Amino acid sequence: MGTTLDIKIKRANKVYHAGEMLSGVVVISGKDSVQHQGLSLTVEGTVNLQLSAKSVGVFEAFYNSVKYTLRCDMRRSLLAKDLTKTCEFIVHSTPQKGKWTPSPVDFTITPDTLQNVKERALLPKFLIRGHLNSTSCVITQPLTGELVVESSEAAIKSIELQLVRVETCGCAEGYARDATEIQNIQIADGDVCRGLSIPIYMVFPRLFTCPTLETTNFKVEFEVNIVVLLHPDHLITENFPLKLCRM
Amino acid sequence: MQGHTGLEAGTEKPSRTLAAVFCLSGFCVASRLPSSPFFCFCFCLCFSAEWLPGFSLLTAADGMVSRLTWYICQDKGSQKELLNLTQQDYVNRIEELNQSLKDAWASDQKVKALKIVIQCSKLLSDTSVIQFYPSKFVLITDILDTFGKLVYERIFSMCVDNRSVLPDHFSPENVNDTAKETCLNWFFKIASIRELIPRFYVEASILKCNKFLSKTGISECLPRLTCMVRGIGDPLVSVYARAYLCRVGMEVAPHLKESLNKNFFDFLLTFKQIHGDTVQNQLVLQGVELPSYLPLYSPAMDWVFQCVSYHAPEALLTEMMERCKKLGNNALLLNSVMSAFRAEFIAARSMDFIGMIKECDESGFPKHLLFRSLGLNLALADPPESDRLQILNEAWKVITKLKNPQDYINCAEVWVEYTCKHFTKREVNTILADVIKHMTPDRAFEDSYPQLQSIIKKVIAHFHDFSVLFSVEKFLPFLDMFQKESVRVEVCKCIMEVFIKHQQEPTKDPVILNALLHVCKTMHDSVNALTLEDEKRMLAYLINGFIKMVSFGRDFEQQLSFYVEARSMFCNLEPVLVQLIHSVNRLAMETRKVMKGNHSRKTAAFVRACVAYCFITIPSLAGIFTRLNLYLHSGQVALANQCLSQADAFFKAAISLVPEVPKMINIDGKMRPSESFLLEFLCNFFSTLLIVPDHPEHGVLFLVRELLNVIQDYTWEENSDEKIRIYTCVLHLLSAMSQETYLYHVDKVDSNDSLYGGDSKFLAENNKLCETVMAQILEHLKTLAKDEALKRQSSLGLSFFNSILAHGDLRNNRLNQLSVNLWHLAQRHGCVDTRTMVKTLEYIKKQSKQPDMGHLTELALRLPLQTRT
Repeated sequence: MGTTLDIKIKRANKVYHAGEMLSGVVVISGKDSVQHQGLSLTVEGTVNLQLSAKSVGVFEAFYNSVKYTLRCDMRRSLLAKDLTKTCEFIVHSTPQKGKWTPSPVDFTITPDTLQNVKERALLPKFLIRGHLNSTSCVITQPLTGELVVESSEAAIKSIELQLVRVETCGCAEGYARDATEIQNIQIADGDVCRGLSIPIYMVFPRLFTCPTLETTNFKVEFEVNIVVLLHPDHLITENFPLKLCRM
Repeated sequence: MQGHTGLEAGTEKPSRTLAAVFCLSGFCVASRLPSSPFFCFCFCLCFSAEWLPGFSLLTAADGMVSRLTWYICQDKGSQKELLNLTQQDYVNRIEELNQSLKDAWASDQKVKALKIVIQCSKLLSDTSVIQFYPSKFVLITDILDTFGKLVYERIFSMCVDNRSVLPDHFSPENVNDTAKETCLNWFFKIASIRELIPRFYVEASILKCNKFLSKTGISECLPRLTCMVRGIGDPLVSVYARAYLCRVGMEVAPHLKESLNKNFFDFLLTFKQIHGDTVQNQLVLQGVELPSYLPLYSPAMDWVFQCVSYHAPEALLTEMMERCKKLGNNALLLNSVMSAFRAEFIAARSMDFIGMIKECDESGFPKHLLFRSLGLNLALADPPESDRLQILNEAWKVITKLKNPQDYINCAEVWVEYTCKHFTKREVNTILADVIKHMTPDRAFEDSYPQLQSIIKKVIAHFHDFSVLFSVEKFLPFLDMFQKESVRVEVCKCIMEVFIKHQQEPTKDPVILNALLHVCKTMHDSVNALTLEDEKRMLAYLINGFIKMVSFGRDFEQQLSFYVEARSMFCNLEPVLVQLIHSVNRLAMETRKVMKGNHSRKTAAFVRACVAYCFITIPSLAGIFTRLNLYLHSGQVALANQCLSQADAFFKAAISLVPEVPKMINIDGKMRPSESFLLEFLCNFFSTLLIVPDHPEHGVLFLVRELLNVIQDYTWEENSDEKIRIYTCVLHLLSAMSQETYLYHVDKVDSNDSLYGGDSKFLAENNKLCETVMAQILEHLKTLAKDEALKRQSSLGLSFFNSILAHGDLRNNRLNQLSVNLWHLAQRHGCVDTRTMVKTLEYIKKQSKQPDMGHLTELALRLPLQTRT
């Protein structure tokens, strides 16, 4: 085994905020003494914009493309290869100041509340009630609420929470809007008991969510859909825009 | 508070075991399902391993990894694939998954491990073969347990650095950041699992890991997971999920009762779903009837109920019961209440329960299971005195109407305990009669041996008095139902064990004797060439125990004829024959005692009959030393009863048997040299021979001579001095024989001392014999004059010297000279222990001071001590 380089960042979770010092150690391990012509550290922040394969002229999600890496290089003599080690870290925006206030929302879903229905008469009757504890969410806290199937003629197949990220990019010719499902969590499986509240609970995925962002040229927003699947093949969706923040 | 918690955690075990038992009883129901053998198998596992903490079914087969990869690649297709498998394949497959989980973990493929666990838990949302669900649950939660343990141990190990180990009761502050981060990562990964059921199970499996993150983690997590179960639509899947959660909860945080209670009450809220359309449609589709579907709930419900009711205050139990009652006296709930709640609680309300059981809807949950559950409680706790008979009547009224023999016997078995405990032989007899009536048609008993056996055990456990037991008219007819030999023997063994344990007084009760002789005969007749030694020993022990307890008092002839009968019955078990010989010998001695040594004509004839019994029985034994010792022993008994010629016959038989003693004998399965046993026997024999009077028609000391010839001709081990040791003993005997009056006598038997009265011819014969024997000894000592044998020569010489000293007349010059020579011989090669020599010399000097022992002073002077140089 030859010489190896390793970067150890002090914070186990590798999360830093603007203005903070990123510190740690570079560990060089080898059997004998190591000759080198200098060690260097480089920090890189990249935004890798990829063109979408789906629609011409639209960028694939912004979010995933932002990446911070710390690189350590060891330059060595001609006979030995230079050594490199990279380590990714995460930059969180500075927590917002001020008090967070919950914004609860109640909802009722019946055939009558639905839009986009072709033949309302063919729909089975149902009544689903519920509430979200807040549509404005602290990103580190789960989305919570409750849902009650008060009645439903058709058997329920599944109830899911769909977290969607909406990215809007505006420019002179108009704007491009791209919605991506980033997480889908099933909260009910099968024909659940009527009249019994089912918890709504979803942890925001750390790598796929960020605080809601709104600038003149582009926006990153989040929404949650409550998706109810009924037998034999009905799909009911209720949409709730979310506002994510970091406290 | 802390201490209280700790105590509860400590006492949790018994309740788990109990629950496992209930689980098994739940299975009994299920055994009627088409998939019964497999179901049985899983529940047995469930039972034996207490929810399978470390259960592993099969060892990993080669090529498993590749098959597993295939399995994972198939992803969704694989689930469909599984349905076409047989149940055994399914078990194997799941076990393979378990193994590959461990392998993946060991090879640091944590993500793969997680995928496998998710894949497995997904199987729990599948109810396509619904009878299989409880078994599947057991198998899969085992994998989950493995996973939970692996994750916990991994994170725990991250908290350990070179210097310190995390204590068992650590707090989150002691956990380092890396470990916390890893732990958080697991929870984040699990939180993003798409499907509800895998997400629930995997998170529950690592519930314990919350301890690394925060003190309140578990107490926040448990209620959330409890609520999460509400999202599971299928009531069967849901109740098993609750059972798992309760189990994990009890294990990790037994003090958090709230979640347990919530699981119970949530379950009641969803209870109506069982009779809902979705479930009914599914049952129709799968062709499963309600009475076989509902019992599938029992193991999980029992578990949940059990967790909640464990150490629960009376008020909570009452509330639980009231809530169950509100749901229309549902049989399923009632059954779980009876399975899980404290027996005392149930027993005190027996009449209420009987009322509720009667009101239950006949179509759903089988009623006999309810009576069975009630019976189980009544076996453990007593109902109020005044209700007892009515309870039995009410219960039996239902039980006796059960058509299916299996249902019937499962129920009856349980109620026998209650009946035996509180009622007399009359009621027990009625019940036994009823069981016989139900189980005889179509030989139904053949399928129910375990239950029937259990009934017998319960009955004999309560009726220790065998005269009462056998006066239960139906007891023996009941035994006749055990027609399979192995079972019958088992039952007989149980009966005899109880008899031996509890019978205090010897008995001659003809009912007991007849019945038990029959029982013992059954045991004896089961012995064949293939019977194991241990089994034979056990059977012989039991039969002997019985023989020892039989006594006809002063009716000795009756006693002897019993022994004769017993001999003809138990001829295949050697230890029994040995016991019989001892018993008969004892009988002869008893007779002698009664007659105070003076036999009448009648008793003399009787005693001779006893002696004859022994004489003809001994040759049928196989063990050579058994025969030798019994010949000697019986000879002594014959002698004591003045049967001189019979005694001679015994001793002659013994003598003629000696040449047959093999060099090696089998003792407890090991081959051992027989010489030491032979030496022991012969010494014993010599002591007896001292008092045996010579036969008038044979020569002087004919028995001793014959024995000496046999010893002479016996092929002794090479390089062994046993023969010489025996000869030394013979010298002791001859010395004792030449005394004017012998050391001991048998009452009313004239030994040689009074026969010959110190006749010189007799003494001369005796002396001649002595000389021959001594010549033999000296000859042998000479042969030992070789380097490697010098030590033996020295010690033999010394022992011979000691013999002469103790038994010889040292005033005799030749003997005196011989002893001096032996003394020198012993010391010649420096092999002897000087201290022994010093002690011996001191002893001689001391003896010389005794009257008439002056000649020893002179001897002592001639015995120099070798100084060690």
